[in-house]
Amino acid sequence: MKKAILTASAAALALAASVGYAAARDQIQVAGSSTVLPYAKIVAETFGETFTNFKTPVVESGGSGAGIKEFCKGVGENTIDIANSSRKMKDDELKSCVDAGVKEVEEVKIGYDGIVFATDIAGPDWALTADDVYKALAAEIIVDGKIVANPNTKWSQVNPSLPDWDITAYIPGEKHGTREVFEDKLLVAGCKNTGAQDVIKAGGGDDKAVRAKCVAVRKDGKAVDIDGDYSETLSRIDSNKTGVGVFGLAFYENNADKLKVATVGGVVPSTETIAKGEYPVSRPLFFYVKKAHLGVIPGLKEYVEFFLDDQMIGPEGPLAGYGLVAAPEAERQAQRDAFAAGKTM
Amino acid sequence: MSDIALGSAGIAVARPRRDIGLKQRYAAERRFRIYGMLAISVCLIFLAVMLITIFSKGYTAFWQTTVTLPITFDAQVIDPQDKRATDPNVLVAANYPKLVESALIAKLGISPDDKPMIGKLKGFLSDGVRAQLRKIVIDDPAVIGTTRDVAVLASANLDSAFKGQIDLAVGQERRKVSDQQVAWMNQLKADGSMAEHFNTGLFTYGASSRPETSGMGVAIIGSLYMMLIVLVLALPIGVAASIYLEEFAKKNRLTDIIEVNINNLAAVPSIVFGLLGLAVFINFLGLPRSAAFVGGLVLTLMTLPTIIIATRAALAAVPPSIRSAALGLGASKMQMVFQHILPLAAPGILTGTIIGLARALGETAPLLLIGMVAFVADYPKTPFDPATALPVQIYMWANEAERAFVERMSGAIIILLIFLMAMNITAIVLRRRFERRW
Repeated sequence: MKKAILTASAAALALAASVGYAAARDQIQVAGSSTVLPYAKIVAETFGETFTNFKTPVVESGGSGAGIKEFCKGVGENTIDIANSSRKMKDDELKSCVDAGVKEVEEVKIGYDGIVFATDIAGPDWALTADDVYKALAAEIIVDGKIVANPNTKWSQVNPSLPDWDITAYIPGEKHGTREVFEDKLLVAGCKNTGAQDVIKAGGGDDKAVRAKCVAVRKDGKAVDIDGDYSETLSRIDSNKTGVGVFGLAFYENNADKLKVATVGGVVPSTETIAKGEYPVSRPLFFYVKKAHLGVIPGLKEYVEFFLDDQMIGPEGPLAGYGLVAAPEAERQAQRDAFAAGKTM
Repeated sequence: MSDIALGSAGIAVARPRRDIGLKQRYAAERRFRIYGMLAISVCLIFLAVMLITIFSKGYTAFWQTTVTLPITFDAQVIDPQDKRATDPNVLVAANYPKLVESALIAKLGISPDDKPMIGKLKGFLSDGVRAQLRKIVIDDPAVIGTTRDVAVLASANLDSAFKGQIDLAVGQERRKVSDQQVAWMNQLKADGSMAEHFNTGLFTYGASSRPETSGMGVAIIGSLYMMLIVLVLALPIGVAASIYLEEFAKKNRLTDIIEVNINNLAAVPSIVFGLLGLAVFINFLGLPRSAAFVGGLVLTLMTLPTIIIATRAALAAVPPSIRSAALGLGASKMQMVFQHILPLAAPGILTGTIIGLARALGETAPLLLIGMVAFVADYPKTPFDPATALPVQIYMWANEAERAFVERMSGAIIILLIFLMAMNITAIVLRRRFERRW
């Protein structure tokens, strides 16, 4: 009995201590943005089903920052191969990568995440600006140099050129990835332009607190969070003909027979204007590849090529079906060429 | 006071019944009983609400709608150039969805030339049919050229519609299933080829972006690996540590400090162990990310204090008379511990271990940091391959947008609850059966 126990514990200790794990990793490891996660999952799954000689990549979520941090830990089998990101890698992040030995990073843009404002097809034309959205939907806005609870009840009070409709907007719920774009590109921008930001800042608080105040959405029922998908927003617009809904571009285009799209800052949203960066409420989505792992981790090169293939990121591909705004043909080709040429940051 | 006063006076008076607050004390007891019952009923109500919501949402996940179709494995479609003898890749890349589509339009009586009608079939069946048929053909290439009845999965939306979870009264533009698809569904339902079957896929599939082909297979295996590693490592180390501390170590300041630290460790939030695992096992020792082995090591660290505390309590509960008797009969200290104390303490140790394991089974936080909260589709062959765990799978499904994942999430919770209940019942049975009272 005692010998058995002693041997067992000794064996267990030896197992724990002798971490001579040497087998080569044969599975791609990806981590990062939760906005990119659904797209990466679809590609990983289809990749595993198409290339039966490679394993299905493992995709972790956890956020762009966390993914890039993990990515920049170094080169080697116990570090990840790809970091998904819903924003560009920052310079100091790239520097930390290089310092840790990840000298060559390839940037791949997979497409865009863009949102549009749309109303019922029978309604008048809409031309919105970030300021209008901020003044209509923020919890507190600036009136005569003072921050007050939002007094606007009609769009025409916000901007006389807008229709005389009661304010009802269906916006992405807080757990949506697109909520961040909505906050950054509209509410924060409007907060800044109308001067509210300076007043809030003068009232004290750090940048984070100021931002939180700027992006706080009114809770009096005029801005409705939609946690479901865009079809729920559409059905709300159907039942409330004077409602304004926020949609993904792809969804709007598929339902253009029911919806009229609003311009933002004078720009009509389309794949072209989003891809060119003219339309403000969008952001490009990226992933970053560790060049040192190409050719070492089996399937990594094929995975990236497969991701960039038109059958994945093209306008007819499954990712577009899930809400990705496909980049224009030339840009997709440029991404493929850049990857083939091994261009690094 | 009053006794002394009475004594000094020397007069025997009929003493009035002393007010000893009997009434209040009984009332207090009654009140306390009511509070106790209220407390228990609050717990029971919460438990009932939780179980009812989970079960009412989740029981449907154990059934999955399939469509049984006579599929002709047409060599013209699978291998138009007849190269499969020389190039095995032909069978991998063949156009399997086409076979299913042909079978389905024949079954529904749609003309093969009616393209708009065929277009409406999109999203009727699962995209998982490609992998399903490919497996059939690769396992048995002789099937090419024959016709066989195959039960293929309906898509998640059709599955929801079939189970009555989609309100068909609203207009078709507001739901994911078109009126035409509902009509086809009813047609197939009437002739019996569309039916619900027990969803074995929920237990065997790995993660997937399609609800109908996602399951907990990888999570179950991952959890199993981790529990095994925790058992193999934590039990011997924990028991050895507690025997030494309880029976052999001198009681001095050092052992006091160790004891305080062990008790502290038991209360440390589990995410801290995850951070430790990331720093030591992955960054320093270079173990692979997302692997069940690392998860097992982290959970071992987390479970050790629980096992040590339970074991020490069990050892201390063995009466000193047993020790004295063993020593008095000439047993060495080692013999006393291993032949007398340890067998008597075993039920307590096992109970502690099982409860520790059950806690480890439900842990997600430490696994987040070592990369186990991930989309893993392939089965882990060894504990060093990427895997997930049961609670992680629940968390991942909870974050999904599609409605069909909600039902799967509740189904997964039911499975996890069943595992936990089985472990706790084992602990109780062991305790009842082997418990000794002195």
